[in-house]
Amino acid sequence: MIELKHISKSFSGKQILFDINAKFEAGKVNLIIGQSGHGKSVLTKCIVGLHTPEEGKVLFDGRDFVQMDGTNRKEIRKEIGMLFQGSALFDSMTVEENIMFPLQMFTEMSKEEMQERANFVLERVNMTGSNHLFPSECSGGMQKRVAIARAISLKPKYLFCDEPNSGLDPKTSIVIDNLIKEITYEYNMTTIVVTHDMNSVIEIGDNIIFIYNGQKWWEGTKQDILTTENQEILDFVYASQFMKQLKGKLSSRKD
Amino acid sequence: MIENLGKYFVMLRGVLSRPEKARLFWKSLMNEIEKIGLSSVPIVGVLSVFMGAVIAMQTASNMDSPLLPEYTIGFITRQSTILEFSPTIISLILAGKVGSNIASELGTMRVTEQIDALEIMGVNPLNYLVLPKVIAAVMMFPILITISMALSLWGGWFACVQTGLSDTETYVYGIRAFFGDDGTGDITYALSKTLVFAFLITTVSAFYGYYTKGGALDVGRSSTKAVVQSTIVVLIANLIITQLVLI
Repeated sequence: MIELKHISKSFSGKQILFDINAKFEAGKVNLIIGQSGHGKSVLTKCIVGLHTPEEGKVLFDGRDFVQMDGTNRKEIRKEIGMLFQGSALFDSMTVEENIMFPLQMFTEMSKEEMQERANFVLERVNMTGSNHLFPSECSGGMQKRVAIARAISLKPKYLFCDEPNSGLDPKTSIVIDNLIKEITYEYNMTTIVVTHDMNSVIEIGDNIIFIYNGQKWWEGTKQDILTTENQEILDFVYASQFMKQLKGKLSSRKD
Repeated sequence: MIENLGKYFVMLRGVLSRPEKARLFWKSLMNEIEKIGLSSVPIVGVLSVFMGAVIAMQTASNMDSPLLPEYTIGFITRQSTILEFSPTIISLILAGKVGSNIASELGTMRVTEQIDALEIMGVNPLNYLVLPKVIAAVMMFPILITISMALSLWGGWFACVQTGLSDTETYVYGIRAFFGDDGTGDITYALSKTLVFAFLITTVSAFYGYYTKGGALDVGRSSTKAVVQSTIVVLIANLIITQLVLI
């Protein structure tokens, strides 16, 4: 479980996050949603330690990540897997080398064991046989799947996904969403997904936090979000013409 | 500027730490030796031959006084090559080639979040990415400069013999003239400053690449800044080292 207590962050005097408290439970897909520029990514970077919050605590199963020294932080980092918006695969390495990199860095596995693990995770993300491709030879969806494979190669306890569907077509997005959901349940990971894709919200959101102007504005499940009366959320959820029409149709059907 | 200097030294602290895994470090080091060292041999070779030839021909054409012996051509070519041309000019050329390569590689890794990925994995990105480059440059630059010295002297000889400005015996005599303790001292001086230049070029370029912010345009800007700044730093270091060692 990851717990946030009173997280605040500012850049050059401008306050970005205001006193955020939240709990992300293990075995659930936790979503952080909100409009661009409202602090979702900053919050995620504070959680994974790429930014240090001015105030507050980030507790990984009770261990305060913010106050920790470098050595202990490193131990927690080994338990974190992260899927970046742009995949962040190492261009100079093949798919297999990308996946084996954390294993080479942090384990004493033999080459055969590492290869076995790489093949296993590649199979898990339906990428069998693509070991020797370079990231530039993979499509956007394939890159995301390789990034997921790399993220889970060390069997992490915590998985972070920063806009996993950005740049993907709706069908591939669903494949990635389902993959995230499946591996979360399979490995009982604490998964946090940052997104503004409403399809993901409905597809995989077990617990949803809505960030608005740097504050935690709302929290609930995917069922709650469709019935909430909160105006900011309604503006966000029904921002597109398609969603507005859908809502209209559903309302008329109800009537 | 003071802020950048502080950031540079903080970066050095991250770079100059013990590598996480010796095997991975060794692999990266070999890659960098190939990229920084071996791939630079052709450009260093071509430049050196032509510059040596030009130095010899310029020296010959400017020797108006009959009191100056003909072996002066070889002597001046040797001194110019060993003292300045090979260590400084070739280092400046390498600042362009290697410096821009390092800055653009790290800059691209930064803007595509590859450095963030390393950090989140618990890897020290500075140590993993920059240290092999620094060590490879410090190992390979002196070798490149030594090759440059030899080829430059060969270029001078070739030009002299082909144009009839001097013969082999006189040119070689000039190259060997007064090359006692002072001569080997010149080589030590040249190679010592090469080591300093190698360190400065790689770390200054890495600094601009590593702290790139933004997108593709900013990677280009970082690369340009890296070349300009490392060139200036090399020139300043050259002045200081010359003042300290030779004067």
